Order: sequence, then structure tokens, then C-alpha cells
Amino acid sequence: MKKIYFLKYSFLLLFICLSGWAVAQTGSITGRVTDETNQPLPGATVSVKGTTLTTGTDANGTFKLNNVPNGPQVVLVKFVGYQPLQQPVTVNGATSINLQVQPSSVTLNEVAVIGYGTVKKADATGAVDVVTSKDFNRGAVNSIQDAISGKLPGVVITSNSGAPGNTSTIRIRGTTSINASSDPLIVVDGVPISNTMAGGTANILTAINPNDVENITVLKDASATAIYGSRGSSGVILITTKRGTKKFTINYNATASLSVIPKEVPVYTGDEFRALVNQVYGGQTAVTSLLGTANTNWQDQIYQKAFGEDHNLSFSGTAKNLPYRVSLGYNNSDGILKTYNFSRTTVAVGLDPSLFKNTLNIHINLKGLYNTNNFADQTAIPNAVNYDPTQPVYNGNTRWRGYTTWTTNGNTDINGAPVTLAPANPVARLNLTDNTSTSRRSIGNVQFDYKIPGVEGLHANANLGYDYAIAFGHNNVRDSTQWVYLPVASGGQKASYNTVNRNQLAEFYLNYKKDLKSIKSVIDVSGGYSFSHFYTEGNSVSSDYNETTFNPAAPYKTEYYLASFFGRLNYTFNNKYILTATLRDDGTSKFAPQNRWGVFPAAAFAWRINDEDFMKSLNVFSDLKIRVGYGETGQQDLTSNNNYPYQPRFTLSDNSSRYQFGDLYYNTLRPEGYVADIKWESTATTNVGIDFGFFNNRLTGSIDAYYKNTTNILNIVNNAALTNFSATSLKNIGSMVNRGIEFSINAIAIDQKNLHWQIGYNLSFNKNKVTSLIGADNPDYILQNQFAGISGATSGVIQADKVGYPINSFYVFQQIYDKNGKPIEDGYVDRNHDGQINSNDLYLYKNPAPTVLMGINQDIAYKRFDFSFAGRLSLGNYNYNNVASGSTYRGLYSSLGYLANQTTAASQTQFTVATTTTQSDYYIQNASFFRMDNMSIGYTFPPYVKNKLKLRINAGVQNLFVITPYKGLDPEISGGLDNNFFPRARIYQLGLNASF
Amino acid sequence: MKTYKIFTIVAIMMIMFTISCTKDLNTKPIDPLVSTSATVFNNANAYKQALAKLYASVAISGQNVQFTAPDIQASDQGTACFLREYWAAQEVTTDECINAWGDGGLVEYHGGNWSDGNLYVQLMYERIFVNIAYCNEYIRDVNARMNSLPAGVSQETAAQYVAEARFLRAYFYECAMDMYGNVPFATETDLPGTFLPKQIARADLFKYIESELIAIQPTLADPGTNEYARIDKATDWALLSRMYLNAQVFTGAQRYTDCITYSNKIIASANYHLLPIYANLFLADNNSYRQEILLPIAEDGTNTQSYGDMTFVIHAAVGGSEDATNTFGIASGGWAGNRMTTTFVNKVFPDASGNTDKRAIFYTSGQTLAITAPTIFTQGYLCAKFKNVTSTGAPGSNNTFVDTDYPLFRLSEIYLNYAEAVLRGGAGGDAATALSLVNQIRTRAYSNTSGNINASQLTLSFMIDERGRELYWEGFRRTDLIRFGLFTGGTYLWDFKGNVQAGIATDSHLNIFPLPASDLLLNKNLKQNPGY
Repeated sequence: MKKIYFLKYSFLLLFICLSGWAVAQTGSITGRVTDETNQPLPGATVSVKGTTLTTGTDANGTFKLNNVPNGPQVVLVKFVGYQPLQQPVTVNGATSINLQVQPSSVTLNEVAVIGYGTVKKADATGAVDVVTSKDFNRGAVNSIQDAISGKLPGVVITSNSGAPGNTSTIRIRGTTSINASSDPLIVVDGVPISNTMAGGTANILTAINPNDVENITVLKDASATAIYGSRGSSGVILITTKRGTKKFTINYNATASLSVIPKEVPVYTGDEFRALVNQVYGGQTAVTSLLGTANTNWQDQIYQKAFGEDHNLSFSGTAKNLPYRVSLGYNNSDGILKTYNFSRTTVAVGLDPSLFKNTLNIHINLKGLYNTNNFADQTAIPNAVNYDPTQPVYNGNTRWRGYTTWTTNGNTDINGAPVTLAPANPVARLNLTDNTSTSRRSIGNVQFDYKIPGVEGLHANANLGYDYAIAFGHNNVRDSTQWVYLPVASGGQKASYNTVNRNQLAEFYLNYKKDLKSIKSVIDVSGGYSFSHFYTEGNSVSSDYNETTFNPAAPYKTEYYLASFFGRLNYTFNNKYILTATLRDDGTSKFAPQNRWGVFPAAAFAWRINDEDFMKSLNVFSDLKIRVGYGETGQQDLTSNNNYPYQPRFTLSDNSSRYQFGDLYYNTLRPEGYVADIKWESTATTNVGIDFGFFNNRLTGSIDAYYKNTTNILNIVNNAALTNFSATSLKNIGSMVNRGIEFSINAIAIDQKNLHWQIGYNLSFNKNKVTSLIGADNPDYILQNQFAGISGATSGVIQADKVGYPINSFYVFQQIYDKNGKPIEDGYVDRNHDGQINSNDLYLYKNPAPTVLMGINQDIAYKRFDFSFAGRLSLGNYNYNNVASGSTYRGLYSSLGYLANQTTAASQTQFTVATTTTQSDYYIQNASFFRMDNMSIGYTFPPYVKNKLKLRINAGVQNLFVITPYKGLDPEISGGLDNNFFPRARIYQLGLNASF
Repeated sequence: MKTYKIFTIVAIMMIMFTISCTKDLNTKPIDPLVSTSATVFNNANAYKQALAKLYASVAISGQNVQFTAPDIQASDQGTACFLREYWAAQEVTTDECINAWGDGGLVEYHGGNWSDGNLYVQLMYERIFVNIAYCNEYIRDVNARMNSLPAGVSQETAAQYVAEARFLRAYFYECAMDMYGNVPFATETDLPGTFLPKQIARADLFKYIESELIAIQPTLADPGTNEYARIDKATDWALLSRMYLNAQVFTGAQRYTDCITYSNKIIASANYHLLPIYANLFLADNNSYRQEILLPIAEDGTNTQSYGDMTFVIHAAVGGSEDATNTFGIASGGWAGNRMTTTFVNKVFPDASGNTDKRAIFYTSGQTLAITAPTIFTQGYLCAKFKNVTSTGAPGSNNTFVDTDYPLFRLSEIYLNYAEAVLRGGAGGDAATALSLVNQIRTRAYSNTSGNINASQLTLSFMIDERGRELYWEGFRRTDLIRFGLFTGGTYLWDFKGNVQAGIATDSHLNIFPLPASDLLLNKNLKQNPGY
């Protein structure tokens, strides 16, 4: 341990010492170049027209030009991504001038937030993408993920369901982990947010109002994310919110939306169902007598056209040197599933006071969220697929509140005892369930940036942040329902829960930035530490509806800590050669002391070739930069509150799981499975990239190639019998490689006064391969993914890993087909030719990850009209169609005495026993797709009221159409296991934006 | 100078802060339900609570009924319970039971075409060995504390707890030996995470179990003196009786004399006798029948909740026109799964009405005897032996989770073991006693002597049927049929044996289950059983 501390402190010391350098110079035109937001612009070229005098601005945007002839001159400022500025000036001895440049029409001016600092995107050495608010998908108001979907190469955002306010799964450059989190780290205004969410709340991206976001920076390669060390493996998304403006501005946005279900699951109609049951069970009156006479489309009964509204009001300005921004947001959306509702009220306050003659800059961020959800009973969705279409919604019973309900004894008595395990009446499920949650969350931080007096360019930065969330809710069901049937007590259910998350963050770092003109160098060093605490507690209580009999409460609490030391050096030579080196040392309380600390180094180099004289003379490129980077990152997010995996523990049971000795009941004490040597999952990434621009950056783009090697992958795997106290454990199991290429291009095809046309396109390839598995002494070693459960399958798992194959490949039998192409039931290829079909005949076939992804978006403006769309193409991703595999003739009737509708996929297989058919590769289906994510048309009114009131209206459609060969309802399933999820809606929107 | 001071202050603050931070990384669980193994046995209560876990692991799925803390992983936690798995392996594979659910795994059980990927094969195996791992941990931890026990736990008590843990481990190994034959093996001397178990041959495992059961005898409580539902000497003798009876199958060598020896110890004990009414043994108040039930799985609808214990046995048998609420005390409803095969009813109970042999506790109303479509529950007679109502008809304490205890060892078995061991030539017993014991059972069954048999009727083929009549659905059938050579092959066929309605011969490799493919992948010391 001593050694580690020595390393850490010497490391800090290094950065402190480096800040000792200080050199001074003078000149005859001095000045400062700032950008449109009045921020200093380092690296801009400043020259005097008609002379050879030229220089660059330093880190503070200042420049000095010596030996300038007195008299009228024109100063020329050039910076990539900005319109060249020509400023007349009369030189008379030592003259000073301040210059402000305006961005050119493309977005290379973007500031990239890189973690503990910012750089101009043009100076970034890593694979960094920025999306600013003006490039957000228009009309996508519900969430940030909708706003940036399809905009970034290598970033896959998959909404997990069509419920408003739903969570999305975000994958940056493929899956990096199997069972530890593959979610990117999300940092909001400098506060890294925990992925663990309070009960009922969706992930942080739905908790933040997209209208408050100024820009989103995505760090993709490890040279960029290594500054976040153990949390950087899956990429980092940095969100910067809007700040106070100089002029007082009021902005109001309103959007109204109408959601409809684009497509229902194809099931048999009442008439088709009657015919089919009579065909399959002809002569078995026990079965056929259950048929009714109605023709009910149960899916029509549960889905609706849903309205939503979204309002945002923001005030921004500067009051007595205090820039402020206050915003209020309100979103209320119904789901297409009846009774579903999502409501979100947000408040965001940003204050940026400066004290002590601007030496102490303070950034205060406060965000509040009040969110209520009515989740509805989403089991209504599979039940609507499976409920017998020959039954009416109401059958006149008095026992079940009139809702048709399967009863025992052959359904002969409509007021009889229920078949509790039968599908429940979906309409009853929606109407009799009250499943709501309320969450309050506040994220805030105060960031102090202090210019340490006496040392030019030295800043001390402290950041104190918190993320508190309280969520509570209940899932209550009225009595007299079939699915919660407690005849002795009053019946029904009251189930309530609450969760509290309290996370704190304290960070401190020193930054020193110096322009060393004598050696044409700019150095920018930072070093510091970060400390976080994550705490979660909760409880749940349940009883019957009248609260006469209570189940044991289930309280829990857990916590973990992260401590980190980090440093970064940015070195720029001659404005053309940029070197970045970072080092982070992370400690987590989750691992044993000997495995606790992980050192994550990274280095990257960028060469701005177009600033070389030989390129300037070519006059082809307006931007050309080569980037090379290498970095190591880690993963310690074990998900699901698994905070003590290395410690041998015992857990006491609750009172429902006691055992009787004599006349007393004893709570039982169980040894827990543990993995003493569990350690960091780590990823080493090499990235090579080129950024380019042509025609004064009207055509810009970048190409990146990467190689990510992940070792000590964490995955839940079976333990060999007798070796642990649980059948499965989360362990470090092997390594894998992700290789990929990303390409993106943005073009301003037309840039005329009345017609402006911008097109963006991105393309990415990713290939994943497992390269080693621990315990794999033989090449046939297969690791089944115990978490990838499917319903109805023999083994319950359908995915596995094997060296040489992509991770999470499907592990299935190879189906045999008859001469008509119909699959033969339980007919599989004997792949090992041993004369029998068993586990040895399973093989790895396809996987859920796409090999090719494309995003396309365009924006065309003609006079005051604009039209834009954005779409995505995903190729090579396969789904396991669990909806189809669960649909067989076998499923039409259950021994419990009920009938169940099937999807029409049952007719294609006509399977009647269906015990191993769920493991057939027949159900592994190509789920490639093109989705038109959104299309929008807008009109901007001429300014009113002294040109101050600006008004824009727009109309658009989200999820306009999908083109796919996939046989299921929707090809886009995160994780590739398709089993009756909440369908994505098509959303029509009308919007109004006014600013004053 | 000023700058220097600022640096010094900042540097000192940083170092102070970071040292305090890095200390915080040594966290211990803060949840009051969780303790670390370093300290848990400082608490006197822990000894009995951890022992209770070993017992409870035959009944329940984890640390709560909501399945948020399961022992092993399964999509339906009910199937991850010992009794449900054991019952399915011993009954659904035989003539005594055919299941209607059509569930993957169970269909193959009855059809005799299971493979190494069968979910039930895997879950039974995982459950047995995780239970053994719990036992090993308990034995290791308590033995280590034997000289530093907290106040309130005497050495004698702790030693008895350890002996009971060793019995349970022996019992689980006996199940493993019976079902899987040659299995991985570890004891308390093998520390978790440090070893990969070696495979033990079936005959060697037999020797180990035998030595353990004999070694712990002096430490166990005398028959009938321990708390209810805990192991005593008689339980130990009963398990020895059971495994000696099957020794020919397990080891290739007959041990009928030893079977008689240990059966005799129980028969001779004044603590045990048959209770007057057979049907009452399987009702919600059967916890008062210690004279006949040597060791139960103790059940309670409020305190011991599980979907994979007796709750499964009772619910899965109820359906059709049966009155779940009043007859069975499970108002939440039956699961319409298990019923008898036609063959079993016809072969074993010529009079299935229950009027003569009152052990025929069947429900036939609305049911056909013949089964043409296994997934239609109204085909086949229903077994109404187990119910969650008391002998006076009062329902159990919960309408889903039952109060009815499951008899793991019962006196009738010992009587029948004795008789069979005598018939098979074991020494130390006699034919007259054998006949008398069998007739005691039959007298109770008929409520009079009309069903009694004579010496010439007491044959081996009579014995397999009598075991069926007396012990059906109590988890014996597969083992019994194997011992009689009837489980596989074509001598005895029942409905849907070999997955054909009339039944066909099956291969003898099915006499033991395969080791699950999942464990073969992980443990290279293991060799698959022949035929799989």
C-alpha cells in the first residue's frame, strides 16, 4: 500500500510543480480573441494583412504582434470553424484591441467537455463527438436520447419500450461488458450520475429536460475516457446545460403530441380461433366446450390514441453581473396503453457568479425533478395477445366485477373460483390496477474555479455535488380479481415501496495553463482527486387490499465508495502537434484490498496537418487532423446493488422463510456466494482517427478505427457444483475484442440566401469476438449466459459465449425442415453425429449486436420553411423471437382448463408438444431495420415587436415507419430477446417556439 | 511566499482528505440482515438459525418468498426447490404420475427421453449440491468455533447441531448417489473457491455415506427426544435401512442383513407404531403424528412459504371438478398438473373406489381413467392423498401455502424395507415378522383383516405393488422400480412410457440421470454417466 500512496502523491506533486514555469513577453498589438459567447479562443491565427506578421492566441485567447508598422492596418483573425474576421485598427505604439469572431455555418467551433476541463473540438486528441442543442432532432421533446438518436456514429440508443418516459439502453461502440454495466457514464455539469436509479424513475436521461441542454459531448475512445478511469469503459456522455445570457431572454416552447400504435401483434380472430381449436382438439369436448361465441380484439381494447403535452419556459439573463438561467418544464404524456401516464415537472437553475475581480468563478447548478408515473398493469400486453378472442370483455358475472374471467370446472360457472394461472382479462387488469409512483430528485453542484493569484494560468477547482432521489409508489389491485385472488382475506393487493438514493461527490483539482511562446508550446496540466459515496436504501410492504394480512416487509440498504486520483497533461507544440496524457488511479470499496486499486493510463497525439505550410499551399483541406490514442479504462459497476461481492457474508431470511423446530419458527441464516478475487474489468483501446474538412468546412467529417480489448470480463456464470454457496456468481471470466470503424460526414450542400441544405451521414461497423474464457481448457468450452432468460424454454437460457464467437451469441438447435419448408417438430440436426440429440448438438448462431449501423439526417431550409428528417439503418442484428416461440398449437389449451390465443406464427410451425422447440434456430430471426426516427416541417415567422419576438411553429412525426425483414412486431429490441414489450408508438407532434 | 503558503495549505488539506477517503473503502455490509462470516457466529442465535437453513433447504427456495434472494437461479423459483425437484424425479418419471402441463423438462421425464440439458435434471443437481455446500460451511464454521462458543451455546449442543448437519449432508449425498450415480464430492475440508471437486464413484460414495451415518449416531438425540422436525437416531437408522435395501443397485453388493439390522432398531423402539387412520397422515395437522412420521419436512403456511415444497405436491394435484377451497384448503386454486397413470391404478388398486383398500384416495368424478392426451387434466384419476385441511376438515392457515408436513421418513417404509430384505434373503429377520408387519399395514388400510395376506402371497412382485399402495406419491417410486428391474426395459410398461401412449421399452442407461451439461463444462474432473 505504501508504494501506491507514494505513486499517488508524487503524481499530484508533479502537476503542482509543473505550474512553476512562468515566462513573460511583450509586443505592439496586443489583444484578446473571444468567441461568440465571449469565451477566450486559444489557437486562433492572428495576422496583419499585407505583412508576414502572424501569431497565434494563447490559452487565454490573447496575442501579441511585434514590429507592426504604425498607421492604419487590418488585423486578420482565422480560426477553424469561425468566419474569418478583418478588423481595421490604427496602430500607434503599443495598441490593444479585442476581437470577437462568429462561428461559421458548420460546427467545428464546438467546445468539447472532456472531463475536468474543456477543449475546442478542433484541439481534441481523442474520439470525441459533440451534439449541440441546435442539432437535436427537431420535435423530439420527451427525452435527450430521442434528441440525439442517430446523430453519432458508434452510439446505439435503443428505447426499451414505447412507454413515455421510458428508459433507453445506450451502447457506445458495442457491448463492453456482459453482466457488469455496459451503460456509459453520464456526467451532468460535472457531476457523474450513478446508474442505480430510485425505484420507478427511469434513467437520468429522462429526468433531464432536453430543453435545458446546451450540448452533449460523447467521449468514445479510452484516451478520452481514461480520465474517468474505472467508470470510463463504456464511454462517457457529458451533458452541459444552458447558462445565463447577456441579454434578457424569455423562451417558451410548447408541443402537443398524439401517439398511436403503429401495428398490433397478429393473432387469430375469434372465428379463426374457433376453427383452429376445433381442428386441433376435435372430439375433445373438455377443450372445445370452452369456446365462446364472441369476436373480441383484445389489443384494440387495451390500446388507445394518446395525447401528450410539453411546455418549457426559460428566463435567462444577467442581473448585476450575475448570469442566471431559470427554466421550468412540464411534460404530461399518456401512453398508448390505456391508463398509462407519465408526468414530469422540472426546474433548473444555473448561476455563474464571479467574485474577487473575476478570480473566483462559481458555477451553481440546481436541478429538480418531480415525476409521477402511472405504469398501468403492463401484463395486459401479453394477456391481450393470449386472451381467448371468443370471449366477450364482460360476461355478466357478479363475482369478477363483470369482467370475463376463466373459472374452474370447465368455465361452467361464470361466478366460480378463478383459474388463477390463466391469462387475466386485460381490460380488468388495466381498470382494476393502480400502479403509480412518484419520484423527487435533485441534482446539484457548486463548482469553484479560483485563479490562484501570483501564478498566471494556475487555477484551483473544487466541485461539490450531490444527487438525491426519493421515490415511492404502490401497485394496488382491487379485490375480486382473478390474478390476485385471496379468497380468505378480502382479496386484492396493496403493495407499496420506497427508495432513497443519496450520492455525494467531492472533487478537487489544480489546473495550470501556460503559453510558452519561446518554445512555441502551450501546456495545460491538471491533477486532482475525486471522492464519491453512493447510498441506497428502500423498503417494500404488501398486504391484501383491506390491509388485514401483511407480508413480511423487505427493507434493504447498501452503499459503496469510490476514491480517485487523476491527472492530465495537454501539450501543444507550434499549434499543430497536440499531446494528451492522462492517468487515473481508482479505488473502489467493492473489491478486496489487494484488487481494490486500478491504474488507468492513456495517451493520445493529434497532428493538425492542415496548419502545415505544405498543406496550406495545397489549398484543398480546410481542416485535416490525425489522431492516435491509446488508453485503459475499467468497470466496477456490478449493477443491482452488488456492493460486497468479495466478502463472505450470511443473510438472515425474512419471516416467510423460517423453519420449524419444536414449536418455534427460526429465521434461517444462509451463507452467500462470494468471489474473493473479483476485480476490475478493464478495457484497453487503441484509436486512430482523421478529422477533415473541405471547401471552407462546408464538407466536414471524420474517420475512426478502434480496437478494444476487454479483459477480466465480469459475467454471471454457473459455479461448478460444491464450489460456492450459490449456483451462479458474478466472476471475471475472460476477454473479448471489439473492432470497429466509424465514419461520419456533414455537408452543407447548398448555402444560398433562400436555400440552405445540410446533410449528415454516419456509418459504423463493429465486430465483437470472445478471445478467451477462464476454464476453457478445451476449445469446445461454452459459457451459458445465466441472465439471458427467455420464457417457455427448457433451459430458460438462450445465449452463450465461446472463444472465437461474438459475445451473447444465440445457442440453439439447428432446425430441420420438411420438403415444404415447414419446421419439423423437435427435428434437429445431429451436429456431432453421435446418434442422439442432446446439449452437444446446440450451436452458436448469430447474435443481437448489429454489424453495421448508419444514421442519416438532413435539414433543408427554403426561405422561412424548413424540413428535416433523421433515420437509422441497422444491419446484421438478430433477435430471438420469443413471442413466436411461445406460439404453438400446444399453447391453445392448458390443463388448468382455459384456452389461450396465439400469434399467427403458430400456423407456420403447428408444433403440438413443443418442449424443446423454443431452442430452435428457427426463432433466431434477422432483425435488421431502417427506422425513420423523425420527420419535421417548420415555419419561422418574421420577427415581430422591434425584431425581438421570434416565433416558430413546427409539425412532425416520430417513428414514422420501419422497414425490416423481421417477423415480430418491432425489430429493435435491446438485448435481442423479443417478448411482448410495450410497443413503440408513432407520435404526431405540433410545436410552437417563441423567444423574446 | 504567499503562493507557497496557499500551496502548503491546499496540499495538507488534500492529503488529509484523501487519507480519510481511502479508509472509507473498507466497507462492511450496512444492512441489518447481512453479516460477515467473520462475526456471524459470535451471536448465539446464529447456530440454530444457520442449522435451520440446512433443514429449510429441502423446502424453500431462498431467504424470502418474493424470490428476491433465491438460493439458485431459475425462471420459476418454485422449480428451484429440493422437494419439487426430488418429487418430479421420483414420481413423474414413473407409472405413479403423469403431468399435464406440457412443460419442457417434465414431458421428457415421463417420456423417458431426458438429456443432459434437461432443466429438471440440472435444477435437482444444483439444489442437492448447493445444499451440501451449505452443510459443509456449517460443519466447518461451527467446528472451528467449538472451543470459543458464545454464551448460550454449549459444546454438547453445538456437537449435536454438527451431527445433524452431517446427517443432512449424508442424506443429500444419498439422493445424489441414487439419482446421478457418480457425482462431484467435497467435504468441509475443501474451502470454497480453492478447489474443483473430484468425481466419486457410486460405490465409494455409498461407503462414505455409510461411515458418516454410523459415525454421528452417538452424538444424535435418542429416538423421539429431539425437538419436532429435527433429526434423531431413528432418522439415522431409517436412512441406513433405505440405502442398505438399495445397496445392490448402488454398489453391486447386497446388504439386506444390514437393512434388517437398522429396520429392527426402529421396529423395536417403543416410540413408533402405525397410526390408526392412513388418510390422516397426509393432512394439515400431521405434525402430531411423530409416532409414525420419523422425519417430516415441516411446513407452515405462514412461516415456511414456498412454491416448491408440499405446496407444490398439493396444488399440482388439484384441478378438474375438485373443490380446491373446501376439500383441499387451497382456495387460491389448484395447478392441474399431476395425476395417476391408468396403468398404475389398474395394476395396484383393483378396487380404486377406496371402499375396500382405503389407501386409494382418488378423485374420479368428471375424470376418465384412460389418458389419450396427457395435457388434458380431466383424463386420468386424480390423487387426493395430500390436502391442506386438518383431520377435522378445517383449512390450513394460508390458502396458498400449506401446513401439511411432508413425510420424509415414515414407519411404513421401514416395515416394508424389513419385509423385502427378508424376502431377498437378508439375515437377522424372519418371514413371520415380515408377514406380520405387512399385515399390520394392510389391516390399517382395510380397517379390518379382510385385506390380510398369507405367507405364500408375500412375494417380491407383491412387495413392489404393496409399496406402490402404501407409499405412492411419497417419493419412492423411481428407486423402487429400479430395484425391481421395472423402471427401464420392456418388462413393465405404463401410459406414455417412452413417450408412446401404450408405452414402449426404454434403455437401461436411464436408471441414473445424466450429470447436467452445465456442470460438465465447468468441472473437467467429471465424466458423464454411460449412455448420455
